[in-house]
Amino acid sequence: MPELSESVVEIDNLVSHYGSRKILDGINLQVQRGETMVIMGGSGAGKSTLLRHILGLNLPSSGNIRIFGKEITRLSNSELSKLRTKIGVAFQGGALLTSITVAENINLPLREHTKLNSETIEIITRLKLEMVNLSGCDRMMPSELSGGMLKRAALARAVAMDPQLMILDEPSSGLDPITAVEIDELVLRMKRALNLTIVIITHELQSALKIADRIAVLCQGQVIFSGTKEQIHESNNQYIQNLLNRTPSNNQIEGNEYLRRLTGLQ
Amino acid sequence: MMQQIRSLGTHGCYFTKQAGILGIFLFCCLIRMVTPPIQVQRITKQIHFMGARSSIVILLAGLFTGMVVALQFYDTLVRFGSVDLLGSAVGLSLIRELGPVITALMFTGRVGSAICAEIGIMRISEQIDALECMGIDPYRFLMTSKFWAGLVSVPLLTALFDVAGIVGGYLVGVVLIGIGQGTYFNGLHNGVEWNDIEMGFIKSLAFGLVIIWICTAKGYLLHLRRTGVFGAEGVSHVTTDAVVFSSVAILLTDYLIGSIML
Repeated sequence: MPELSESVVEIDNLVSHYGSRKILDGINLQVQRGETMVIMGGSGAGKSTLLRHILGLNLPSSGNIRIFGKEITRLSNSELSKLRTKIGVAFQGGALLTSITVAENINLPLREHTKLNSETIEIITRLKLEMVNLSGCDRMMPSELSGGMLKRAALARAVAMDPQLMILDEPSSGLDPITAVEIDELVLRMKRALNLTIVIITHELQSALKIADRIAVLCQGQVIFSGTKEQIHESNNQYIQNLLNRTPSNNQIEGNEYLRRLTGLQ
Repeated sequence: MMQQIRSLGTHGCYFTKQAGILGIFLFCCLIRMVTPPIQVQRITKQIHFMGARSSIVILLAGLFTGMVVALQFYDTLVRFGSVDLLGSAVGLSLIRELGPVITALMFTGRVGSAICAEIGIMRISEQIDALECMGIDPYRFLMTSKFWAGLVSVPLLTALFDVAGIVGGYLVGVVLIGIGQGTYFNGLHNGVEWNDIEMGFIKSLAFGLVIIWICTAKGYLLHLRRTGVFGAEGVSHVTTDAVVFSSVAILLTDYLIGSIML
């Protein structure tokens, strides 16, 4: 367990809407320096929306989000850009730029934000590719990579600037079990090597239990649990038990309610 | 009745908001175009894609347009015994109107649709979000080179269209119909003045700006569409919208510039 001291991510009473629909309802969450926080929840629980808020891509209806102690909703564009250079992000689908090669994708932030010469940038790029076991793929286009390779390339790009905080959206989803485990191992290895604080959004239980120091569970836009791997097993919450035991929720509805839904009458 | 008034108000608010968003988008792009760093390599690459790779199709379109224009004008002028005005008529109609407008319409079809679809796909596959998360300004990284390339390529392509059209007119007027070579070029020389070339140039610059503005904005702002259609269908819709709106905007801008400069 890492030494926990300082909050890297602090979310206070975050509320978010899409139109009139409330997606996040009073989220409170802290991620300490050096820890791996896994945010779990079913589809539609608000995980990806929460991630977009942490990244400053969406503006909240109310609440505060502090990254490295800075309130990101109040930062100017240039301040936000500067802050983002300390954060590495790997999106679910990789989100590599499809018009440039894998190597160009990885060294893009280096070319944009540093004054390093091209030889140094090439060496750093090869180093990052080596780190994710993609050496030799530098001249390939993203469309030539498999799903697992895309995820690894996205991880390499995420750590290109040696960030302090890494945010991963479903890093092992959609992969075969062996590749998924390899990605988990890779994340753990990178965390140790680069001393990262990591926030991972996932619904893969095995992956979460393997990587996490702490787990937060989202359900219908609310954090219903936040604690260690050991504590989550002791939780009495039915949703969490369903999530852990992979059992379907058994929501029974009344006959009248069922008829109302079918007919659309109020 | 109340329902209709409410609907009218909703539509009014939506279009006002969209106009504001488009205006802010243009402002952000123009500011970044003129502030360093100017990305010469990306601009050159875009000029190659937009300009050089459109030159053959523009050349052919110009040639055939010039041929048709010469044929139609000859048919009219011969009735009044004014065949010596053929060069002047072909030159003026191409340089002032047909050259800029047809080039811009063809540019919209070939380039505008492509850049709208490219940016739209980048939006739906989170590539633009990824750029923002890397602290890279998407306006500077994606848009400015396209705006510069549009402003350079459209006037050059228009000039190419005009030259090809004049050659087309020559082929029909001089080679096929048999009016004198001197008559054709003398009419062209006497009829076309610097103001006409200036008008064609200003129009082509304005069209270049309008096309790139509408097509990039449509792709970039795909996620703000009222219908909420995302994915492949969303890209398809915005690309169609971009081509239609650009074409209408070209004709409207043509009229406005014509009415101001004439």
